[in-house]
Amino acid sequence: MRPTLLAPLAFAPAALAATLAVAQTIPEATPQSEVFPMEQVGHALAAPTPQAGRTAPSPQNAPPDDGQWTMPAKNYAQTRYSELTEITPQNVATLTPQFTFSLGVDKGEEAAPIVADNTMYVVTAWPNYVYALDLTQPGAPMKWRFFPNPSPASKGIACCDVVNRGGSVDHGKYIFNTLDGQTIALDVKTGRALWRAQLGNISVGETMTMAPLVADGKVYVGNSGGEMGVRGWFAALDESSGKLLWRAWATGPDKDVLIGADFHPFYASDRGKDLGVSSWPPQAWMIGGGNMWGWANYDAELGQIIHGTGNPGPWNQEQRPGDNKWTTGIFARDPNTGAAHWYYQYSPHDEHDYDGINEQLLLDMPFDGQMRKVLIHIDRNGYIYVIDRHTGQVLSADAYGPVNSIEGVDLKTGRPTMNPAKLTKVGATVRNICPTASGAKDWNPASFSPRTGWLYIGHENMCMDWQDVNVNYIAGTPYVGAVVHMKPGPGGNRGEMTAWDPVARKPVWADKEQFPIWSSSVVTASDLLFYGTMDGWFKAVNARTGELLWRFKVDSGIISQPISYRGPDGHQYIAVLSGVGGWSGAVVSGPVDPRDGTAALGMVAAMSDLPKYTTPGGTLYVFALAQH
Amino acid sequence: MCSHLRSIERRGLGAGRLGWIGVCALAAAGLAGCHRGPMAGEPAEQPDQLGVIDTAITPGVGHSLVSDDPRARQYYDNPEAVTQGARLFKQYNCNGCHSSGGGGMGLDLMDGSWMYGSRLTQIHQTLVEGRPNGMPAWGGKIPDQQLWQLAAYVRSLSLPQTLAADTDDTPGQMPAPVPAAADEDAGWSPPADTTNTYGTTLEGPAYEGPAASDTSKHPPPNSEGAPQPTPKGARAHHP
Repeated sequence: MRPTLLAPLAFAPAALAATLAVAQTIPEATPQSEVFPMEQVGHALAAPTPQAGRTAPSPQNAPPDDGQWTMPAKNYAQTRYSELTEITPQNVATLTPQFTFSLGVDKGEEAAPIVADNTMYVVTAWPNYVYALDLTQPGAPMKWRFFPNPSPASKGIACCDVVNRGGSVDHGKYIFNTLDGQTIALDVKTGRALWRAQLGNISVGETMTMAPLVADGKVYVGNSGGEMGVRGWFAALDESSGKLLWRAWATGPDKDVLIGADFHPFYASDRGKDLGVSSWPPQAWMIGGGNMWGWANYDAELGQIIHGTGNPGPWNQEQRPGDNKWTTGIFARDPNTGAAHWYYQYSPHDEHDYDGINEQLLLDMPFDGQMRKVLIHIDRNGYIYVIDRHTGQVLSADAYGPVNSIEGVDLKTGRPTMNPAKLTKVGATVRNICPTASGAKDWNPASFSPRTGWLYIGHENMCMDWQDVNVNYIAGTPYVGAVVHMKPGPGGNRGEMTAWDPVARKPVWADKEQFPIWSSSVVTASDLLFYGTMDGWFKAVNARTGELLWRFKVDSGIISQPISYRGPDGHQYIAVLSGVGGWSGAVVSGPVDPRDGTAALGMVAAMSDLPKYTTPGGTLYVFALAQH
Repeated sequence: MCSHLRSIERRGLGAGRLGWIGVCALAAAGLAGCHRGPMAGEPAEQPDQLGVIDTAITPGVGHSLVSDDPRARQYYDNPEAVTQGARLFKQYNCNGCHSSGGGGMGLDLMDGSWMYGSRLTQIHQTLVEGRPNGMPAWGGKIPDQQLWQLAAYVRSLSLPQTLAADTDDTPGQMPAPVPAAADEDAGWSPPADTTNTYGTTLEGPAYEGPAASDTSKHPPPNSEGAPQPTPKGARAHHP
């Protein structure tokens, strides 16, 4: 029996309009005995050799901090590390809001504020307003605002709230995506559109929510729609004109995936002709997902583009036997042609919605007695992968959250060892699968401090019950085929901030959170770590110990990307957007009823109490020390 | 006219609810807006015909009734209609957006709040035409009889009888037939005031505090250059 309790239903007909009048308790936590010990499932090709050097990004991928914050992840290495040191563990208690700004939108705000040339740029959830604020003036008045007017219909095909993960400033342009599938470049001086590229087609359920990666004179973007039978792609546009340079599909024949003579995957199971067709039932690759809605890296050091691919569709795995190439994996490509160099698949034939689109951090790291150029990827499937950036070889794979669906990664073949007890099927509900569909961590990226050598991973602690159901493909409608109920993981805390030592391959400290952590973090050179919680606390903790040093209650839960920058007055500022929502917060910001545990793809079962703690909102907060 | 009488009834000037229906039926004999008006025989099902455009999408209280589609009649008080509708709701991926009625990509269908009207003719019209925030237009793509069955199921999701039959957190599994009386009042009426204290019905799992720091199992190494831990909330001088 499910442990879920249902509150007594008592109402008069007139009370039906109140969605919150009746609600239920959230499910009991998954027992600790259901998950594997981390030590049991972690594997590496060699024992730790920390004496071989210090972990750090290369200067090409993480140049010295100029005090600005021009792209969501701070630099190409995506460390989200600020070299500013004015705010310290000793004085952070005096951190005070300097100004706030209402975004005019109360859906989930996932973007990072961007700071360039003493101006701050913010893009909101649909309808994707863009604001430019003058940081040189008291109160940061608006310089301009831009309303792109995306189609209202795009709201109805966005799987998990109408979010936007941010924009970037480069060469005098602010570049961002709209939910209805446009990439737009604005003149930072005037706020006028320099070009607009229509890339997505909402009539087939295609949206865009990711933050464009701007590098090397190009704009790299991908589509969303893995829950709608949308075939995934990743594309490069010319930064000056918006012209499409190349587009690499995530499924289909090699020529569509841009697999050619330069393709040298490390593992044998990724070699062969047109695997993006043959690893699917006939025609299924055309509606097979693999969408790139997360984070791509420009590896300036090795001259390559690195990006993940999303989950295969539908979620019902029985409708798509095969490895479902090239979904739930990672590609390295030539920036100029898109030609694939290597590929690795985290979750062949994914059965649990474990998208592979989470962030990569590009680092030089000691491994097996020498410094290796690696990427670290913290996957939805609960494993943190250290991968050689030259070859795509997995050096280590360790669990960082509760796992029982994968018993470990076989480092000879690269393939996960699936736990047969947690495979999904039609006609039966498989209970207590860990991690849950949204992953041990979802899209919200980790940060890295070269001072500690640790990653700071804000993540989830959730599991789920899952039943596959057969689903018909109807263009423009969901193509999911699963009934999911999520629940807290072992211990009952649904979130956790973990400091992770990638060399020693183990956690250093962990702070429990009541709700899943859906924000990224920023770590500073004075060893402060800032992150937000879904119940609306913006926190500073000691990056060495996890000790809470300061917190501030904002108007709505935080699921966005905090930043650190130097203001025109020379002082350090910390900025973050409030505005709960996203997949995990849909029960507050979306048209979602807490009585339906299956709502929001099963997330509501585990989050029906969130409305008690926060309400919809959307505000920019900017903090500094009280002295100014 | 009916809503006018309804407002009288609310003020205690009219008869009880059943009496009001009777009054309405008498007063509105021949007007299609009141479902109990006499009808000239059962209309034939017309699967290929798109829904009649029904213009009763007028918000506010006290507006007049509008013409109703006679095809709607057979889907009231019809258990088969809601059972079939429940099946079709999954078959056509309605549940993909609206979940088990609680919404997601699409609107909440069990909260009794209707943006485009709650009567079967209005729901049918929404299904046929689509709506601008992402609801597809199904007219001509799904047989008309099935659209009516879907409309009946959608209407049933917020019925007290349907909600009362829920046994777990997957609602709408035992949909009650839609009583014709449910749609007698085509107007909008404000919902009753509601308060949720969250005091008794919403309890999370056992959880110790909002900011508990679990450093016991992995004591931090005393790394080079590490500042000394600062007492919580300590104030310090500006550098």
